[in-house]
Amino acid sequence: MTANSAKALVLPLGILVAFEVWARATHLQSDSLAPPSEIVMALIGAFADLSILTATRDTLFSAFAGLAIGTVIGLALGIAFGISDTLNRLMEVTVEAIRPIPSIALLPIALIALGFGYRMEIAIVAFACVWPVLILSRAAVRSIEPRLMEVARALRLPPAQRVWKIIIPAALPRIFVAFRLSAGIALIVAVTVEIAINPLGLGAGIMLAQQALRPDLMLAYLVWIGIIGYALNVLLVIAQNRLFGRAALTGGGQ
Amino acid sequence: MNRAVILWRVASFAVAACFIALWQLIANLKLVSPVFLPGPDRAWAALVRGFSSGDLWSKLAGTLEHMAYGWLAASIAGIAIGAIIGSSRTMRTYVAPSLEFLRPLPVSAIIPVAIAMLGLTQAMALFVISFGAIWPIMLATIHGFAAVEPRLYEVARSLQMSRLAVIFKIALPSASPDILAGMRLSLTVALILSVVCEILAGLDGLGHWVLLSARAFRSADLFAGVILLGVTGYVTSVAMSLAENKLLAWQAAQR
Repeated sequence: MTANSAKALVLPLGILVAFEVWARATHLQSDSLAPPSEIVMALIGAFADLSILTATRDTLFSAFAGLAIGTVIGLALGIAFGISDTLNRLMEVTVEAIRPIPSIALLPIALIALGFGYRMEIAIVAFACVWPVLILSRAAVRSIEPRLMEVARALRLPPAQRVWKIIIPAALPRIFVAFRLSAGIALIVAVTVEIAINPLGLGAGIMLAQQALRPDLMLAYLVWIGIIGYALNVLLVIAQNRLFGRAALTGGGQ
Repeated sequence: MNRAVILWRVASFAVAACFIALWQLIANLKLVSPVFLPGPDRAWAALVRGFSSGDLWSKLAGTLEHMAYGWLAASIAGIAIGAIIGSSRTMRTYVAPSLEFLRPLPVSAIIPVAIAMLGLTQAMALFVISFGAIWPIMLATIHGFAAVEPRLYEVARSLQMSRLAVIFKIALPSASPDILAGMRLSLTVALILSVVCEILAGLDGLGHWVLLSARAFRSADLFAGVILLGVTGYVTSVAMSLAENKLLAWQAAQR
């Protein structure tokens, strides 16, 4: 295991060292590249003046707010469609007509309706997060062990309790998988909206660094965005394994 | 059975029609300012006007062109690199972890770097789109190669096939479901990045069209553009499913 992780580090470290040496040897003057040592210095500098932390806070706030709204809507629709086959079939055309719209295409609509700022970014992130949650939670509810539903019927649980006490706990592992996917999407969409148009957060930070011809700072932002994306993914995978173990993979309760 | 399916379809379309009627009603009653929300009638009129004057055709062609070139380049490069990495155990231990680290990176973050290197050009868009679209294809190819039934490799060894023959005759066909699934995922990524690049670089395409319409508060044109982007997403994904079914028909028959 340790031998393997050491081997995994060979390539990135090799590239970094080679790049550093090459940049030093050729006295690199460029608007788009900077040696790794300068990137690290720029990253430390951005931490020292707190600019990167404020940007991170703004981006994560928009991403998580959109994720929360999108998950709630997607979950409500997904559970409703999963329980009622009639509703699912009636809504099929409507859902399939709206779903393929690329979330970023809504950007201009959100822009004129909500203006620049958090609200338009949150709206677009929420739209993007609804679909994976809707589709996976619908599948999760459908695959619930039928005997559990029979128990609910035998106990004459009212619909609200049926959802709360039987359906959500039984479908939770797979719903969490959907949530994990959506969290990744939320970060990607938030950064993309910021890069495209919204003067806010990490995306705007990296665009500003590019326009200021600071390749070291630009690449520092890029590295930091990568670290955040990776950390978010790792945290959610760990949470999933802790909370549900193998249940998340098998569909729960089967 | 078949009649029931058709009836459900009809009912489902009727529900969608009701939603459009509701949209029309909201627009007619001006519950939302018409500056933001045109009725479906106005959006449809803008769509017809755009197509008859040829404006929308050229924008649609621009977006499709960006998408297709970037996606094709990503598919070829992704399958090739994925095959090289996936067919060698050494490469897998050395390279695959770095790729896993890069995978959750929001690909759009590469856009400023691409702009710094290539400027606001067609080449920049092509680079960004193919860079974004390559990941799902490459990772799916590596995964598909790693998951090939080991006995097939044993057969190849006993037949003393060369490495190229193993890749083309055994690994690629058996990994094709994974690869096609990756290519389908990439199609969506390519569309989204095309729109973003058009917005940022002002390249001819639907992304530029919707942004200009929004800036000028021509909401009907804006909605026409968004509807067209939705149709593009839908049609390309349906076409991909059809191609997938056709290409994988031999596998379904085998099972």
